[in-house]
Amino acid sequence: MKKQLLIAACATFLSVAAAHAQTVAITGGTVYPVSGPAIQNGTVLMRDGKIVAVGADVAVPAGAQRIDATGKIVTPGFIDASTTLGLVEIGGEPSTRDANAKGTDAIAASFRSWDGLNSESVNWAPARNEGVTSAVVLPGGGLVSGGAAMVDLADGTAAQMIRRAPVAMIAQIDNPRSAQTGARGELIGKLRNLIEDVKFYQAHRADYDRSATRSLTAPRVDLEAMIPVVEGKLPLAIEAERVDDIQAALRLAKEFNLKIIIMGGAEAWLAANDLAAAHVPVVAGAMNNIPTSFETLNQRQENLGILSKAGVTTAIVGNNGDGDEELFNVRNIKYEAGNAVAYGMTHDAALRAVTLAPAEMFGVADHVGSLQPGRDANVVIWSGDPFEFSTHAEHVYIHGRDVIAPSRQDMLTQRYKTLPPKYSQP
Amino acid sequence: MRITSLFLLCAAGVACAHNPAPTPAASPSNSAPSGSATAGTTASATSGRDSAGKPGIGALSLPNANPFPSTYVPFPSHTTLIRNATIMTAAGPTMQNASILLRDGKIVAVGTSVTAPADAVVIDGTGKYVTPGIIDVHSHLGVYAAPGGGGLNDGNEATNPNTSYVWAEHSVWPQDPQFPRILAGGVTTVQILPGSANLFGGRSAILKVVPSRTVQGMKFPGAKYGVKMACGENPKRVYASRGPSTRMGNVAGYRTAYIQAAEYRRKWDEWNANHKGPPPARDLGQETLAEVLRGDILPQMHCYRADEMAQMLDVAKEFGFKIRAFHHAVEAYKIADLLRENGTGAAMWADWGGFKEEAMDGIRANIALVDAAGAKAMIHSDDPSGSQRLNQEVAKAMYAGRAAGINVTEDEAVKWMTINPAWALELDDKIGSLEPGKDADVVLWSGDPFSVYTKAEKVWIDGAMLFNRDDPAQNWRTDFDLGYVKGEPR
Repeated sequence: MKKQLLIAACATFLSVAAAHAQTVAITGGTVYPVSGPAIQNGTVLMRDGKIVAVGADVAVPAGAQRIDATGKIVTPGFIDASTTLGLVEIGGEPSTRDANAKGTDAIAASFRSWDGLNSESVNWAPARNEGVTSAVVLPGGGLVSGGAAMVDLADGTAAQMIRRAPVAMIAQIDNPRSAQTGARGELIGKLRNLIEDVKFYQAHRADYDRSATRSLTAPRVDLEAMIPVVEGKLPLAIEAERVDDIQAALRLAKEFNLKIIIMGGAEAWLAANDLAAAHVPVVAGAMNNIPTSFETLNQRQENLGILSKAGVTTAIVGNNGDGDEELFNVRNIKYEAGNAVAYGMTHDAALRAVTLAPAEMFGVADHVGSLQPGRDANVVIWSGDPFEFSTHAEHVYIHGRDVIAPSRQDMLTQRYKTLPPKYSQP
Repeated sequence: MRITSLFLLCAAGVACAHNPAPTPAASPSNSAPSGSATAGTTASATSGRDSAGKPGIGALSLPNANPFPSTYVPFPSHTTLIRNATIMTAAGPTMQNASILLRDGKIVAVGTSVTAPADAVVIDGTGKYVTPGIIDVHSHLGVYAAPGGGGLNDGNEATNPNTSYVWAEHSVWPQDPQFPRILAGGVTTVQILPGSANLFGGRSAILKVVPSRTVQGMKFPGAKYGVKMACGENPKRVYASRGPSTRMGNVAGYRTAYIQAAEYRRKWDEWNANHKGPPPARDLGQETLAEVLRGDILPQMHCYRADEMAQMLDVAKEFGFKIRAFHHAVEAYKIADLLRENGTGAAMWADWGGFKEEAMDGIRANIALVDAAGAKAMIHSDDPSGSQRLNQEVAKAMYAGRAAGINVTEDEAVKWMTINPAWALELDDKIGSLEPGKDADVVLWSGDPFSVYTKAEKVWIDGAMLFNRDDPAQNWRTDFDLGYVKGEPR
């Protein structure tokens, strides 16, 4: 029995290697490279997990596996720019929650959220089966929540799934209580103080290690983790909903020369020109139009369309961008994008907002987000318009491998399709 | 976030002791002239007791049977003909190039040879679709009103596992800015339920989605009340320290309550029959449950897991009542045959799951599987965002059914958001399909309602156009929207 399993495992491993080595040509489809204009009757050529050619006149090498995509749409794999998938399995079950660090006085900059990544989550499969190939997995809570990682939704160990980490430091500016402060002004002061302490620490490391400095607001590990942020190398992704909070984030970025991303951005449309001028991108949902709190009074479904037209780089996130059910429905970012189009975003901009735009924001556009030679072969063949309910993903490639496989949900559906169920299968 | 905060709301168990008393509503709340009222909309027709003095029907004497009567009056309407549209009636096959005539608040005719009376406003439906108004059987609008916060946290009277004595309508804030937003999504009738902290959460309120100063002005005339019951994790979490703290504790709680209610009913039925001696003491909670036993109040039960639903069907049999529908019935697909045999419906999400252990087995084909098994299947939202897009939720569920190999037609899928939820409220004789004589609750869609790009363009309730995407200035804005929310309604 054990021997059989071992053989099976070896066979799987070998087939993986073979798939990587194999050259795959997707032909005849309408190809949206995103980095350039759509190509009718285009070909995408993949080899060894990378894209090697994209175009209308690509020669298909002899021996390549041909996938006929005539009448289909070919896009880069989608990227969810904000999820706790892999950090939280079941929201209501605390033992499966690894997204929120305890931190020190609401600061957890040194929290490497991806160290707790659950490679065996049952929620990866439904997302990747429906065309999501990468995700920004991020922590929450406190004032500075910790680091975020870009992960591939490939089958593998956690280490194999992490494409790059950190890709951002996560913070928030719209909830003083969560920041263990009493007011917005105090929260902003606390953030400013932290940044200044990081600079001070950077300049006085030796003194700090000899305990020859004044006391600083955060432990050494957190100060260290913040250095790339204050150097403007690592984006500080700031959750901000209210227009004043967004403006405060913009002022902070200007004052300290930070690279920031606005997360949530309910009222960002009210600051569209300022965001565009500051080249600050926004990660937002497309289906929010309820004044759910005093921070989000003016959120509207036209938000992304207005931002996009003003020249702001935007990423569309799934399922209203929050909630424990979000990680169950990472697959729904395609419908979120469709709703963005219904409320004023162009189809091209919406496609970019679930592919190349998040890749650029989080510094991984050299790997994912577009169909260009040299990029990871993360490619989806859709039966039609990717944003429509009537469409499904027919093939989903991650690193050149077709990853569609039955999810737990598929297994349950199969088991109960005929009642009573047979508990011996599948 | 939404679900997490609901957990917290349940867990906090805070009674809002400092709420101001509701504003008295002495006059009808709508500005519509009374001349536009149509049959079935006057207060006298809305009594929960329809036969005066008939003994043995009510627990109570007639004056007390309907203490918060509906004052809803339809808004002024024009005779309206929508023509050249694709009409999904929820009562038969989709009609192409068809017309629908609305007059005096009712649907008069639907078909391919309907002509416009001289006084009719004619709307060209070329390229557009018409469906019945959407019915959301599971909403907390008004009881968890936006913008939230403790002052509007009125959905869970989490102070006792059995609060069958509370009525959701006494928490509903008619100025909740979420109401006009679901109207803009095509929802015309909504069931407002108390939360799920308790085994018995209290009575539901069935509302037309209309602007009103008072909740009485929104109440669906003649609608039966529902009572919210809840299975599983929520009650046992909220009452972990005082009990019930287990599922077996939950079931003991339902049974104990119905044993008491049966006795209460017996006493009142006896007194109603002979009026001997002083009437028995009134008990608000027992009144509600006695009405369940009489079939006058419809149990609407939050229940995720298949095994718990099966047990609740037995509890209902033990006491001789019917559970009208299970809500959040994430595992309904596992017992669709049982639901069919028991005549109990299932109200489901398209694809929520995984957020707690009893939701682990959520699948997108749930609605389609339940429907295919012959049980009454319907969509519901439990969510003010989802409630605005139940057409999209149905689209996901329909295509998931097809992907699972079930041949779901659009004609069947449209029932999941119209006639089937109407059935769950026992209002399928009044709303839920486009048939002559029914309330003119109608949605004109910009295209196929199962496309992600389609929006509700116009929405009529009882023949009155209450939402028009082309005329934002005329659309309903709540008091809260004024000043707090910039620009036009959305």
